[in-house]
Amino acid sequence: MKAKIVITPKKAVLDPQGKTVQTALEHMGYDGVKAVHVGKYLEIELEGDAESWQPKIDEACHKLLSNPVIEDYHFTIE
Amino acid sequence: MRFAVLQFPGSNCDQDCVHVLSNVLGQDADYLWHKEESIGDADAVVVPGGFSYGDYLRTGSIAQFSPVMNAVKAFANAGGLVIGICNGFQILCETGLLPGALVRNRSLQFRCETIYLKVPTTDSPFTSEVPEGKLLRVPIAHGEGCYFAADEALAKLRANDQIIFQYATETGELTDEANPNGSLLNIAGICNEGRNVCGMMPHPERASENVLGVDDGRLVFESMLRHLEAKTGVGQAVTAEA
Repeated sequence: MKAKIVITPKKAVLDPQGKTVQTALEHMGYDGVKAVHVGKYLEIELEGDAESWQPKIDEACHKLLSNPVIEDYHFTIE
Repeated sequence: MRFAVLQFPGSNCDQDCVHVLSNVLGQDADYLWHKEESIGDADAVVVPGGFSYGDYLRTGSIAQFSPVMNAVKAFANAGGLVIGICNGFQILCETGLLPGALVRNRSLQFRCETIYLKVPTTDSPFTSEVPEGKLLRVPIAHGEGCYFAADEALAKLRANDQIIFQYATETGELTDEANPNGSLLNIAGICNEGRNVCGMMPHPERASENVLGVDDGRLVFESMLRHLEAKTGVGQAVTAEA
């Protein structure tokens, strides 16, 4: 069982990496790229049942894995 | 006065801080390993620059859970003087002792240069000795120094005069060109609402001796000293005799 966590920069936060990747994609000829956001992906291998991990992973995301001031997160446990 | 200079795995400005505090300013300065659970009888804490824990996950994110940070939080919440420089600023934001966060420089470049700092208020234990209107010439060296805070937090910083250092031109203008990292409001350093905790990206410890070309950074440490002396009464007699 794994928790799969995706962390992305909040909309209001400057994302120069995303902008740079977007420009690169445009230069490569990919038309219609509206925006790129560069974030993080974490996988945490777990044992036990998914339901009891749900609040714990949420807490870990809030306290350590993301910074709520600058980032949003979402995750699945499967 | 006794200063505790924290050491995390990956700190690299700790020795400069101890050097300035002890050899230049004649104070007691001790290293304090991150696994310690007490700051002992220190009068002030310095969270130095570097790359604590390799900057893994986010700058300062792992260091906030070091045992010593619990002691630093308690010390700060009781009014103790704490200054975080560069990575130290990032750590203090992660711990929640200071609002906001520091993200990747807008240019995506690591910026290593000497900049001008405007000091908007001398009403803090970190800027009280800065002559009114004086710009400080201090080096920066960081890749993630772009200060961000939500609108509400920024408004609070402004309303309470918590912005204590801003990137400026040599004539003191707050322009985009003078802003090396894209920080909101050109913020280079702030203090908390209680004014006893400061975080700044520039390195005053690298600019505290004339032999290094500039000693403006010394004013930051001297401000802290005056504040501590006033608080404890130490040093006042010396001033009176002088």
